[in-house]
Amino acid sequence: MKFRKKNESGILEADLTPMIDVTFQLIAFFMLIINFSEVDRAEEILLPAHQLARPPETRPDFQVILNLIPDGSVVFSGQKVEKIDFLTGLLNREISAAQLEGVPPGEVAVVIRSHEDTPTGLVQELITKCQSLELENFSLRVKERQE
Amino acid sequence: MKLSNTLSSENEDIKLNMTAMIDVVFQLLVFFILTFKIVANEGDFNVKMPLASNEPPSNTFEDLKTVISVKLNAGDNGNISGIDVSDQLQSSSLSGQDMFNELTNFVETVLAGNSDPSTADDVEVEFDIDYALKYQYTVQAIGSVSGKVLPDDSVKKLIEKIKFRDNSNQQ
Repeated sequence: MKFRKKNESGILEADLTPMIDVTFQLIAFFMLIINFSEVDRAEEILLPAHQLARPPETRPDFQVILNLIPDGSVVFSGQKVEKIDFLTGLLNREISAAQLEGVPPGEVAVVIRSHEDTPTGLVQELITKCQSLELENFSLRVKERQE
Repeated sequence: MKLSNTLSSENEDIKLNMTAMIDVVFQLLVFFILTFKIVANEGDFNVKMPLASNEPPSNTFEDLKTVISVKLNAGDNGNISGIDVSDQLQSSSLSGQDMFNELTNFVETVLAGNSDPSTADDVEVEFDIDYALKYQYTVQAIGSVSGKVLPDDSVKKLIEKIKFRDNSNQQ
């Protein structure tokens, strides 16, 4: 009877090349689709959906994203502000930053992301607050609905 | 001069130690997988908001623009109970499940009656919305006057100029 000769070193070496290839492909995929603007979103907000909503074609020179929660609090840059009236300082800071970049307050894009159950009056209060600080350019953000 | 043995042995394979690299690569992969979120596409409706005023809607005959006034009425729990819509010539009260389609039809009728095409862009919608009305109905109404999806999935644009009356003091 003939036995196969044993590998004396006893080390099995698998060919890792395909696995590394696939792993790099996966990393490249996730790197490309990762969205670093998550800080502008608030998890608790469920946007209303509409089939006519289309993503903006151009990104504004300077934008402020305000997340409005049904209880009247606003999440701005990951920071929660309990009342709309308390936003003055934060908005003034953003307006100053925009002016440093040469963007006047009237051209700052104010994007309002409001929960679908928020009373519309609160949305209007938020807009009025922004208007009192000379912000005029508003967008109501909604979710795209596929029909 | 004497060459070292390693250079002289032609058949010897050079093997890199891949362990460290694979470790890091897997760390990266796990990070990206854990932070991955599927986010639905988002779009915008642009709204022109006048400075706060309690004046009545500006749909007077002196105005060159055609202004369609849309009043959204809130019922129980902030749900919509009806829509009152009017322009200079006609008015209508809409209710029921099809009220948003009827709103679109009303806007189409107004635009169709606008015989001069140069003035089609001058038609404006002014929303007067109850404070308590849920935001989702407001968005639905804005969408209804903004455009219409045709059977071939193309979008027919209706009115782009939209503004709100300031009702923030209704609370």
